Amino acid sequence: MSTARYSGVPRWVHLPAAAGALFIVLPLVALATRVEWGEFWSLITSDSSRAALLLSLRTSSMATLLCVVLGVPMALVLARTSFRGQSLLRSLVLLPLVLPPVVGGIALLYTFGRKGLLGETIDVLGLQIAFSTTAVVIAQTFVSLPFLVVSLEGTLRTAGQRYEIVASTLGAPPTTVLRRITLPLVLPGLAAGAVLSFARALGEFGATITFAGSLEGVTRTLPLEIYLQRESNPDAAVALSLVLVVVAVLVIGLVRGTGSRAG
Amino acid sequence: MSLHLSARVDERDVEIDLDVADGQTVAILGPNGSGKSTVLSVVAGILRPGRGRAVLDDTTLFDLPDRSWTAPHERGTGLLAQDPLLFPHLSVLDNVAFGPRSSGTSRTASRRIARTWLDEVDAGQLADRKPSALSGGQAQRVAIARALAAEPRLLLLDEPMAALDITVVPAMRQVLRRVLADRTAVIVTHDVLDALLLADHVVVMEHGRVVEQGPTKDVLARPRSSFGAGIAGLNLARGTIEERAVRTPGGLVVAGLHGDEDVPEGVAAVAVFSPGAVSVHRERPTGSPRNVWATTVRELEPRGSQVRIQTGALSADVTAPVVAELDLVPGTEIFLAIKASEVAIYAA
Amino acid sequence: MRRLVGAVSAILLVATLAACGSSDSTDSGAASADRTTITVFAAASLKDSFTEIGRRFEAANDGVTVTFNFAGSSDLVAQLQQGAPADVFASADTATMNKATADDLVDGTPADFATNTLEIATPPDDPGAIDALDDLADPDAQVVVCAAAVPCGAAAAGVEDKSGVDISPVSEEQSVTDVLNKIVAGEADAGLVYVTDVKAAGAAVRGVTIPEADNVVTTYPIAALAGSDHADVAAAFTDFVTGDEGRAVLAAAGFGAP
Repeated sequence: MSTARYSGVPRWVHLPAAAGALFIVLPLVALATRVEWGEFWSLITSDSSRAALLLSLRTSSMATLLCVVLGVPMALVLARTSFRGQSLLRSLVLLPLVLPPVVGGIALLYTFGRKGLLGETIDVLGLQIAFSTTAVVIAQTFVSLPFLVVSLEGTLRTAGQRYEIVASTLGAPPTTVLRRITLPLVLPGLAAGAVLSFARALGEFGATITFAGSLEGVTRTLPLEIYLQRESNPDAAVALSLVLVVVAVLVIGLVRGTGSRAG
Repeated sequence: MSLHLSARVDERDVEIDLDVADGQTVAILGPNGSGKSTVLSVVAGILRPGRGRAVLDDTTLFDLPDRSWTAPHERGTGLLAQDPLLFPHLSVLDNVAFGPRSSGTSRTASRRIARTWLDEVDAGQLADRKPSALSGGQAQRVAIARALAAEPRLLLLDEPMAALDITVVPAMRQVLRRVLADRTAVIVTHDVLDALLLADHVVVMEHGRVVEQGPTKDVLARPRSSFGAGIAGLNLARGTIEERAVRTPGGLVVAGLHGDEDVPEGVAAVAVFSPGAVSVHRERPTGSPRNVWATTVRELEPRGSQVRIQTGALSADVTAPVVAELDLVPGTEIFLAIKASEVAIYAA
Repeated sequence: MRRLVGAVSAILLVATLAACGSSDSTDSGAASADRTTITVFAAASLKDSFTEIGRRFEAANDGVTVTFNFAGSSDLVAQLQQGAPADVFASADTATMNKATADDLVDGTPADFATNTLEIATPPDDPGAIDALDDLADPDAQVVVCAAAVPCGAAAAGVEDKSGVDISPVSEEQSVTDVLNKIVAGEADAGLVYVTDVKAAGAAVRGVTIPEADNVVTTYPIAALAGSDHADVAAAFTDFVTGDEGRAVLAAAGFGAP
């Protein structure tokens, strides 16, 4: 018999833990049992389904990229510098996490819409944001950015700055330190944050439908397609829901895999 | 490269004035919390003092408040701590090559420089390993090589041997002795052997202030501070001269030999003597010793084949059989005696 | 730390009790002999008129409360199919009511109570220069319609067929209210909504009439539901809607006669 550590977790804790796990797993099982397996393939490969899936993957990837580009600097500033009003800024940055997505969508509409805060500027630049795929990416980025920032800020704080200090005493200017020391060392945390953002962007609904509208191939992402289909073709809605669940599980599994390898 | 430093850090209550001549190694000794590491942080640029000025050769490292401040990566000061802090994601070779690479040297040239320095510290064969595969001593050698490869103008070492296995320390000390030979360096340590073997000059700090400084041998042979005396393994009584003896504020009177010149009456002075020269008695002794003190045993501390008897202000070294014979335990009332000829008195 | 945990637990406890408390009061409200509450699922386009009808019905029937759930008709049918409790269903077209009938959700036969036609709506400042149905075909125009699965979307498709005008919408919304909102917000140049919506929006929206030849008439049926606990009150409500008073309210809102 192999040796194992004594865990010290009280026995009764396993009961509510199992209940919690069941709470999450049962609805997924219910979904899987409702699927019309005979028609499954044709349902998920129909034109509208394919368009929705490809659009979702495209926009979520774009949104995740934006989250990384904007979120890494934000996390660095929040974790490593200190200035007046920093905790207020942090609270505001985390707002999309607690805001109902529809509220987020309305806010985005009043910012980027034709009559919005930046509406005239966007018009002048000849850009078209409302009803476009760009709007979808904006909506998804808005709701998933906090995930990356929070996750990475936590990692940066835990990692501390000891290695960075050593690197600067060796003569490395701040950008070199960031490039060769900080980022490589927080890469696992960054990857985990990026995956969380991707998963959130993939499932985004409220802000998208309010801000971007719904048009096949342009703005109708998979969640929107499911919402539309559930009235006219419930079987398609269930099949597509399962697809979304599978994609989410794959993505999360990928991250946990790389995380435990690097950790 | 000579260093001049004078600075004040209010948050840590540290005030320091320090000069290191070109090619000299200065050791900063002191108890924990005396501010030694703060001094290094200030020189390296990790800590920004409220007030002060430091000049390394012709470069002003900082002149505060408000005049100038050089960032750490532009100072040319190398830092070595007790934790080697080798970059875990780089190989040993790339770790050592980091300094040259950061200043623009090509990867090939940097690696060549790195190999030279690894050989210098007898760690050449470790070049392709990852830091996680090194022992404490090996990692510290690599850290030294890494610091030196960056060609620092001033080397700062913060208790570099404190985390090492005691069996590895002598070898490491040899390495440091070799590389510090012609370098300007400041080494913070609490080990007196480090000071003796590596430093030309010693500075003793207590409570954030310099309480003593001078050439190594002088300070250790004739310490004027409690810590200095402590690590030199000596007893020290501080007070003023009264009838040729030192009278401490606590009422202790120690008679001894003055140096080449007598210290005048009323002047602040210290009396220094070795614990080994102190004899312990259960009853007040008679005979030649001029110094006899009644005191109580506070603590017994084994030191190799001897036992050090601590009584608060003074300590005495005796052999174990003596302890058993006199039935000495904490709380026992005893008399300590020492001949005046074994005590040295000099001005504080 | 302990105090924080204690405070949070207290807040959660109070919130739970309050929630339980409020749901209890609703249950007792429906079950008590004093007040009867019926739930009416009605199409989004019926919001203003049915709210008024509800008020009048309550005034005429002491002890009765009418609560409404307004949404796209296909949305409502989906909810009913999943077992949502309701007493009356008023749909924006016959096709959607047929779905409810096919699933045996309806008690008796649905009755037609109103008709509606489509109208073009634009923001008051008419940014897209929309003056006729043909203008909607302009590729630069930002036109919003209902999704085909929703009654107003089916009607819009009908209008396209009849008139031969090909519309490329920038968005297909879930209910006519969503379409109207996009126009009111100034986001869209034009949209296809009901005549009654334009009337209800007043100055917030500018209407452009669609010629009768091109327009589609949708019929609104209403039915009491099989799962109702208050079949008599439900029937009374449907009678009220199809009766004189209901018709008067509907006509005032711009609905046509059934």
